Amino acid sequence: MALNVQEIRNDFPILHREVNGHPLVYLDNAATSQKPQQVIDTLVHYYSHYNANIHRGVHTLSQEATDAYEIARKKIQAHFNIRHTHEVIFTSGTTHGINLVANGFSSFLKEGDEIIVSALEHHSNIVPWQMLCERTGATLKVIPLNENGTLIFSEYEQLLSSATKLVFVNHISNALGTINPIAKIIEKAHEVGAAVLIDGAQSCSHVKPDLQALDCDFYVTSAHKMCGPTGVGMLYGKLEWLNKLPPYQGGGEMIKEVTFEKTTYADLPHKFEAGTPNIAGGIGFGAALEYLNNIGFEAIAQYESELLAYATEELLKIEGLKIYGTGPDKTSVISFNIEGIHPYDIGTIVDKLGIAVRTGHHCAQPIMDFYQIPGTVRASFAFYNTMEEVDRLVSAVKKAKMMLS
Amino acid sequence: MKETRPIAALQEELIDEFSLFEDWMDKYEHLIELGKGLPLIQPELKTDDKLIKGCQSKVWLHSEMDGDTVVFTADSDAIITKGIIAVLIRVFSHQTPESIVNADTSFIDEIGLKEHLSPTRANGLVSMIKQMKLYAVAYQAQLK
Repeated sequence: MALNVQEIRNDFPILHREVNGHPLVYLDNAATSQKPQQVIDTLVHYYSHYNANIHRGVHTLSQEATDAYEIARKKIQAHFNIRHTHEVIFTSGTTHGINLVANGFSSFLKEGDEIIVSALEHHSNIVPWQMLCERTGATLKVIPLNENGTLIFSEYEQLLSSATKLVFVNHISNALGTINPIAKIIEKAHEVGAAVLIDGAQSCSHVKPDLQALDCDFYVTSAHKMCGPTGVGMLYGKLEWLNKLPPYQGGGEMIKEVTFEKTTYADLPHKFEAGTPNIAGGIGFGAALEYLNNIGFEAIAQYESELLAYATEELLKIEGLKIYGTGPDKTSVISFNIEGIHPYDIGTIVDKLGIAVRTGHHCAQPIMDFYQIPGTVRASFAFYNTMEEVDRLVSAVKKAKMMLS
Repeated sequence: MKETRPIAALQEELIDEFSLFEDWMDKYEHLIELGKGLPLIQPELKTDDKLIKGCQSKVWLHSEMDGDTVVFTADSDAIITKGIIAVLIRVFSHQTPESIVNADTSFIDEIGLKEHLSPTRANGLVSMIKQMKLYAVAYQAQLK
């Protein structure tokens, strides 16, 4: 069913504000998405009706808060088709999830072992592995890129060997929008006995991954990219891995018994959830999933691909404009430059016209080095953007080009 | 040695100049024009140690003493950034280290570039001012 974008826009109060005297056009969705009233109300309701610490109080508020938090976990489980509820670990976000796994793996790796990452990675998916390699003596291998911003699959196959212990790839590139063939990547990694972590930060607002079908070992994402609150995310891990991995942080919630001689850790998922979690955030995460599922991911994907096609076509009419990331499978992200103009300059001018885009290296410097550019202008579209907003972007970019060349 | 006017007078002049433009586009177009007239750093000095940190675009800044005043040259790969640094150089170049160190920078606000003053803004205007003042502090120490 086609979605009704005008009706959807009414759910997002922020989309009705003005910026620099113009109605806001928000095209920085790959950085963070805006929040619908339903999610905002959930947070307000939590704080005004049943705010309490969870998992230990016997009083009513604590029970209510615990129930709501655990219902949110079940919503996440259902959304991602995860086998067990306790395979869902609440984190503070994607970066936290990656670090948790990287830290855990440091006890399994030794010199000579190899870790494979893709050249499309966000810094958050490069730095923890570099640190892990420094600690363990393992080596980091990188899957190179084609000119169109897709991974060279044959090179990946070449890199795989019995020395490969881990493969880390993002589902969708934040800088270019490229959708990686993760099902094939996972399958190939498993053939050599390597574990796979998929960074889903960029994908979960566009697609609904079935984690059992994908068969990845770990999957991480952040709520704030999918209409949920900031500061909360999830780590999925296969049960056998989560049982094997040591806890990441010590503290309350994650213990079963503490004496000065020994502490036994709590069962999953609490073993990885030290301290008071982001309770409101977790509940809000659940509300965001409910909101997105009510609209439907098929309708979202269909509409976003229309936005992408129209924006690509219109932007390419501007002389000297080059789009980076032109693979056949991509989401509604357009990373571009205009010949002879710095992306920062374009970003500054279009902001003056009320349009929010991202400029810079998008925390993916290796990609920018690959194209030998300082950065790009990135317009990333969500299901609440309109064709008229695409027109406003195009006319603003034209104006910027006129002023800057 | 180049004859120059006090920092405060140069700032006043810029405020007057920018007040002629009512519309932000004209203001930015003027800034871009100023950027084109930026006293450029010698190509061989465009090394990484001359880069100012905290800028989304690259900014190279060089300073040297000419008599008892500091002379700045710079460059950037972004034209708006070049305009901003040109404004700063017009005010601070050929001034004594002491007057640079003590200079007030609220004129940036008055010429309508206030949004660039926020420290979270990636263009690094704050870093540029800081770097110019740091050079001045260093020369001041040398002169003592």
